[in-house]
Amino acid sequence: MAYRTYLMVCAGTGCVANQSMKIKEAFEKELEKRKLQNEVSVVTTGCNGFCGVGPIMVVQPDGIFYQLLKVSDIPLLVEEHLIKGRPVKKFMYIPGEKEPPIPKMRDIDFFKKQMLIALRNRGLIDPEKIEEYIARGGYSALAKALTEMTPDGVLDEIKKSGLRGRGGGGFPTGVKWETMRKVPGDKRYVICNADEGDPGAFMDRSIIESDPHAVIEGMLIGAYAMGSSDGYVYIRNEYPIALERLKKATGQAREFGLLGENIFGTDFKFDIKITRGAGAFVCGESTALMASIEGRPGEPRAKYIHTVEKGLYDSPTCLNNVETWANVPQIILKGAKWFTSIGTGDVTHDPWGGSKGTKVFSLTGKVVNTGLVEVPMGITLKEIIFDIGGGIKDGKRIKTVQTGGPSGGFIPESMLDLPVDYDELTKVGSMMGSGGMIVADEDNCVVDMAKYFLTFTQEESCGKCTPCREGTKRMLDILENITVGKGTEEDLELLEELSNMVVESSLCALGGSAPNPVLTSLKYFRDEYLVHVRDKKCPAHACRQLNVYTIEEEKCATVGHGCDMCKKSCPDYAIMGEPKKAHYIDQMKCHKCGACFDVCNFKAIKIE
Amino acid sequence: MAKITIADLEKIREESRRTLVLREGAGRAKITVHMGTCGIAAGARDIMSAVLKEVEERELSDIIVTNSGCAGLCSKEPMITVELVNFPAPVKYIEMTPGKIKQIFDSHIMKEQIVKEYALAIGSEMTH
Amino acid sequence: MVSQIVDNFIKQHPKDQSSLIGVMLDVQNHFYYLPKESLFQISKELKVPISTVYNLATFYKAFSLKPKGKHPIAVCTGTACHVQGATKLLEKFERELNIKNGGETTPDKLFNLESVRCLGCCGLAPVVTIGKDLHGKLPPNKIPKLLKQYK
Repeated sequence: MAYRTYLMVCAGTGCVANQSMKIKEAFEKELEKRKLQNEVSVVTTGCNGFCGVGPIMVVQPDGIFYQLLKVSDIPLLVEEHLIKGRPVKKFMYIPGEKEPPIPKMRDIDFFKKQMLIALRNRGLIDPEKIEEYIARGGYSALAKALTEMTPDGVLDEIKKSGLRGRGGGGFPTGVKWETMRKVPGDKRYVICNADEGDPGAFMDRSIIESDPHAVIEGMLIGAYAMGSSDGYVYIRNEYPIALERLKKATGQAREFGLLGENIFGTDFKFDIKITRGAGAFVCGESTALMASIEGRPGEPRAKYIHTVEKGLYDSPTCLNNVETWANVPQIILKGAKWFTSIGTGDVTHDPWGGSKGTKVFSLTGKVVNTGLVEVPMGITLKEIIFDIGGGIKDGKRIKTVQTGGPSGGFIPESMLDLPVDYDELTKVGSMMGSGGMIVADEDNCVVDMAKYFLTFTQEESCGKCTPCREGTKRMLDILENITVGKGTEEDLELLEELSNMVVESSLCALGGSAPNPVLTSLKYFRDEYLVHVRDKKCPAHACRQLNVYTIEEEKCATVGHGCDMCKKSCPDYAIMGEPKKAHYIDQMKCHKCGACFDVCNFKAIKIE
Repeated sequence: MAKITIADLEKIREESRRTLVLREGAGRAKITVHMGTCGIAAGARDIMSAVLKEVEERELSDIIVTNSGCAGLCSKEPMITVELVNFPAPVKYIEMTPGKIKQIFDSHIMKEQIVKEYALAIGSEMTH
Repeated sequence: MVSQIVDNFIKQHPKDQSSLIGVMLDVQNHFYYLPKESLFQISKELKVPISTVYNLATFYKAFSLKPKGKHPIAVCTGTACHVQGATKLLEKFERELNIKNGGETTPDKLFNLESVRCLGCCGLAPVVTIGKDLHGKLPPNKIPKLLKQYK
């Protein structure tokens, strides 16, 4: 069937949550009504990454990008764009007030500055159709590896490419594969870690949702290089769409003979089992993850012996993250030389000598454009936040960007020119992690955020080793005190001392990196801590127990006419005053929930 | 289905090429059918069908077919615009019929030779 | 009744310890909690000591031993939601429903409230799920109206 136009409707989790499947149905209905169903095809794609403006649709071949669509908009869109050929401005992306809408996807800054390798098929193919993956060159890297390259040749190419683990640590993938290959033993496993636990990071979910076969092909190539025939994908149970697509994809690959025995007529055999996680952050750690696959509690073990020697069921096991696997087919297809031309440093002699290729970040928090971005290594934080992210919301000032999730650190505004790669981020006390990038503005308090991350790691500590179980708990107690006005200056030193102890003596990387948010915030934002402990104030007003809420009586009476909203919202019955007259807050009763501040339409409530 | 071979990969790629060329917005030629009220009244719908039929019958994988609003010359509708990637300027054809579409495909699309008798004379873009 | 459903799930997996979490997740997704009898049944069928089943049921966050409300409410407290005010949302739910975060169910058995880790919809922060519906960019003052839809 020769279609003239394709409507690429985003069916990533973000857009589906915003009713994109209803948009799809509405289009199909409207197209049939206008007898266009044989000319225009509706395709559901994986996540486009620009989740903040979903549901998203791209009209191809024109490349027109529509956002924030509603079911009721569809008849107009079909009439105007598809019948009369006039793209509809009011559904297009508008970069800022008083600026004209941008019709084409490739002209929007958010997309323009990205470089796609792991996400190269996003928005272009229907992830539930293996044919479309093949049409975009899929599985030809596997064909090349199996027929033109020896396992050593594949290994060598990955080593030369300088690819490093995208899940957190940045361990050189080629080195890991080589070690595993050298270990004797018939039964050996490759695992894809899709237990994306970092709060604020969702690139692995997005890759699986938009291009599941890329991950499968990567695993196949890795299995060939390392002599494995058994694979596992360990995926979060909280990602139902990704799980469903992965199941479908492995089913199709099996049907096509790309999983199973005698793949492409060779002796090579490989298959993949899918295991679901059950909500434990620590299962992102390799030994804990393997324990979980075996049906045991996900507790890490000390790694005197690496998992590439003794991993799953005590057999050699290679674990890589989703994004790492998704990079593999492209490296095999285009060669290590191409891959090393992107990024920083030199990996010719030292696999740790640089960061090559691209990295996917989930850019969230107080930026204008939130979503998933894939950028070349070495791009600066400023470029990501201001050029792609469109700067800070509501014209506010950026305070810090936090990278690496609960294991990462805070980077102050003064360091935004930092090029983003594994080593530069580590140097300033943060880390690449899985690629979470959370932007905070002047309304966010770093002490509160440090407490947030520590609450997370403390809850997720599996409890096996004392430094992590008890150390993080005590650190959290201290932070808790600081945020309610009971902290002292000595607490800051104690916090640093405890942090260093936890880093040095924890069993696994969860504990070993948990203090990073505390350490970096103490390093770069000590003044903010000092205001909390000396003056018992929170400059950002985020630590609410340090706030004093008062009502500007004159404004309340004259501008708001004593509207009574605050009084109704107060759970403590702490607000007094007659309707149409000024109100006031009884400080003895106030529990500082901030509800009154949120409901006041006249900005009559002040925080001190 | 049976196990696929490496040759099958190529076959699937060839079959889907047109679809993907369109989705990536990269084609050798772009044909725009003008479908304003006047164009539709003059039979632009049939022209669109004829264009799509030609593309399909000739198994062309790199032709983008799209529509746009009124071209401003209502008396000469239905009209189409043909753009070739290697040509400097687009060519507008007037008073189209399915038969003329066939001729335009034979000559302009396949041989890169403009069908002068149907073309709207527009200055320099006619000199080649 | 429970035993039939659980039996159905067990049949879909190989009968060994590696299936334990998978079966338990299926049961959890179906009942929104793990009924006591299901734990014994799983232990028996998969030939795994009940202590191990209990160990997993209490180790992993996805499992609950207490029944949930008809419309379980989950407030995402991932980082992106945190900086966009998830705490205030959680407090508003607590006040509106008069239940505490974690485990408690309203007397009419309609709602229970819990905070969850990142749902991966950071672009829509702050995010709340009620049953299977996801509500993004939710301000606290819209909560009363939202809850009415489920009553």
